[in-house]
Amino acid sequence: MLSRTAENLYWIARYMERADTAARLLEVGSRISLIPTAHGYRSEWDSLLQATGMAAGFAAKYGDPVQRNLESWLFFDRDNPSSVASCITAARENGRIVRTALTTQVWDALNTAFQELKQLEREERSRLDLSRLTDWVMRHAAMLRGAIDATLLRNDGFNFLNIGYYLERGDNTARLLDVKYYVLLPRVEFVGSGLDNYQWTTLLRAMGAHRAFHWAYGGEVTAAKIAHFLILNPQSPRSLITCVGGIANHLARIAKAYGRETPVQARAGDMLAGLEGETVERVFEEGLHEYLTRFIGEAAALGHAVHEAYFSGEMR
Amino acid sequence: MGKSARGFGVDSIGRRDGFDEMTGTGGDLRQPYARLQDWVQAMPVELRSLKQAEAEALFRRIGITFAVYGEGGDPDRLIPFDMFPRVFSAAEWARLERGIKQRARALNAFLVDVYGRGEIVRAGRIPSRLVYRNEAYEKEVAGFVPPKGVYSHIVGIDIVRTGPDRFHVLEDNCRTPSGVSYMLESREIMMRMFPDLFRENRIEPVDNYSEVLRRTLASVAPLKCDGDPNVVILTPGHYNSAYYEHSLLADLMGVDLVEGQDLFVEGEYVYARTTEGPKRVDVIYRRIDDAFLDPLCFRPDSMVGVPGLMDVYRSGGVSICSAPGAGVADDKAVYTYVPEMVRFYLGEEPLLENVQTWQCGKAEDLAYVLDRLPELVVKEVHGSGGYGMLVGPKASREEVERFRALLTADPGNYIAQPTLALSTVPTFVEEGVAPRHVDLRPYCLVGERIELVPGGLTRVALKEGSLVVNSSQGGGVKDTWVLAE
Repeated sequence: MLSRTAENLYWIARYMERADTAARLLEVGSRISLIPTAHGYRSEWDSLLQATGMAAGFAAKYGDPVQRNLESWLFFDRDNPSSVASCITAARENGRIVRTALTTQVWDALNTAFQELKQLEREERSRLDLSRLTDWVMRHAAMLRGAIDATLLRNDGFNFLNIGYYLERGDNTARLLDVKYYVLLPRVEFVGSGLDNYQWTTLLRAMGAHRAFHWAYGGEVTAAKIAHFLILNPQSPRSLITCVGGIANHLARIAKAYGRETPVQARAGDMLAGLEGETVERVFEEGLHEYLTRFIGEAAALGHAVHEAYFSGEMR
Repeated sequence: MGKSARGFGVDSIGRRDGFDEMTGTGGDLRQPYARLQDWVQAMPVELRSLKQAEAEALFRRIGITFAVYGEGGDPDRLIPFDMFPRVFSAAEWARLERGIKQRARALNAFLVDVYGRGEIVRAGRIPSRLVYRNEAYEKEVAGFVPPKGVYSHIVGIDIVRTGPDRFHVLEDNCRTPSGVSYMLESREIMMRMFPDLFRENRIEPVDNYSEVLRRTLASVAPLKCDGDPNVVILTPGHYNSAYYEHSLLADLMGVDLVEGQDLFVEGEYVYARTTEGPKRVDVIYRRIDDAFLDPLCFRPDSMVGVPGLMDVYRSGGVSICSAPGAGVADDKAVYTYVPEMVRFYLGEEPLLENVQTWQCGKAEDLAYVLDRLPELVVKEVHGSGGYGMLVGPKASREEVERFRALLTADPGNYIAQPTLALSTVPTFVEEGVAPRHVDLRPYCLVGERIELVPGGLTRVALKEGSLVVNSSQGGGVKDTWVLAE
């Protein structure tokens, strides 16, 4: 297929997943800020923005992190390329370009999200409560996902879409996990405190994994269990290993369909093997933040390699 | 008048003399519309508005929103769809078809000639300056004969009707005529909404258009192409007002819809960037203007073209449809000479009439035009989209005087035509059904063979008495039927 078409499909998935994450982030931030802490909610919002790479843009536009402004920034603000509104618009625009590569249901899902977004933007802000906004985003992200799974042809386009999903999701899981790290670990005395647990739980809740976690692990919520769940557990739909496994799987299908491998398959294979051989102890030994930072870098490099191999259209 | 006036001006005579395609001039029901009368009479008012809403919803869902002739405006705007079809009998169509194909043949013969030996100019049948000084004449392709000797592969000929047997060509479109998606989608929607109509009337299908188009494009693959030709559609991008049409055609033909950035030139060929690496391209159906095709050859600031494309083209590595330079056959001054082309190249008498046209560059024509300015339609020779146009009977005195000054200053830049009493077709309006003026654009395909799908785009002026069918001026579209024998 045309490289640009493949790239558009890939970005539909990435933007939609990113919108989903922006909404979850908003929820994590709001919940955490409801709990009084030694340093107030301001600095926590700040570290949250830091972790997601959105701090500079926010500070330039709004200055101090005030809840209302944060909601605008993360949800509605078109100046923030990662806001829900920016992502949904970009996803739909990418969809419009490749309309013919999509089924009616997939296009409807994209288009409906966009049309409803325009309605939300016209509503008075005071009437929009946060949980309604985040639910709305997650619902539309899920509808798109469902339409793709239920109706799209299992061809190379489907594989590129899924690579986009998994890549973005892996990156976002790592970032959300890192948010927790940023918020918490600078104050060592909080480890194991009620606040610590509350924050971990919030994180799980935001990832829609609260119940799943308890089913899988039971007992006390600990940093080690959660790190295992979100990094190394192949049962967790958002874990890094699930995401990298998904990427490797779809890359393998592409290689099979095209009858040749590119360097990107080997790279994904290495990443997956690394995760499979990993233990939580070693992750904490390296430092969770350092480990996640390294992962985010590797995922970006993998994305770049996908681009080189398939989207430039020049690899022979 | 601004952009309002593209098309054919205003009916100075009024409807009392007009020809209605359903009731003729005398009010007797004409045969092709016989069954439609029962249909419309049997339709309750509520059903009608229900169906109208359904049609609109379908159009919106398909996402077919564009300006037919690149008139600009809101890209998400819907063009009104009128459910009352426009009908031609088999005999009427057979005549039209012969005339359209004849004209398409002559136009292509002219193009090959003027980029070759220029016989028609040497023979004194058309003034040399109109050809070689024409802005649309591409010196870059002089001496080049495209595969199968075809320059214009999709010829859109705009036709109006003034009587049972009188059809006039308003203008020719030899470059990249748009609007065919409306022909296809209008039919789809009519068939979905009124299946009974299609059982009762024997209507020639149009949905093989994409197949014929694909075959036509493949038939002009360059000599260097050794396998099954790889055809692509080149679009300026998704912000273009006709993007929907580009993607529809690509989808129906099963070919890639590419932008300039998807193509690159290497060695003697053009390649598309694909996920499996570079893929050679043999035929490009381009929906961008000549000027933007290749920044190395034409406009250096073009962002939508392919650098080096013209070199590959001229060395026979790729075909471009329509061929660069085809525009010289379709401007308004050359238009006057199309009947001459038919006689000169084909040795036949033209089957379709031109509208009488005065060349203001000629002294005697100019004198006549200046004398009768308030009755005439005046157009810029190179104008398109209705810019720089006077519709005498609808214009204010100041406007007429302004044009008088323009004409006197630069007469060669203008032509003038009489205002025509265009035919009408019954159309659903607020109060019921009423006659409204229409035009027709059929799409003639020229490759190894010349083919014409029985149908076309019928545009209708929805305002009472209006002759302006532009969508920006309250124009709509209708399904166009050709009845089987």
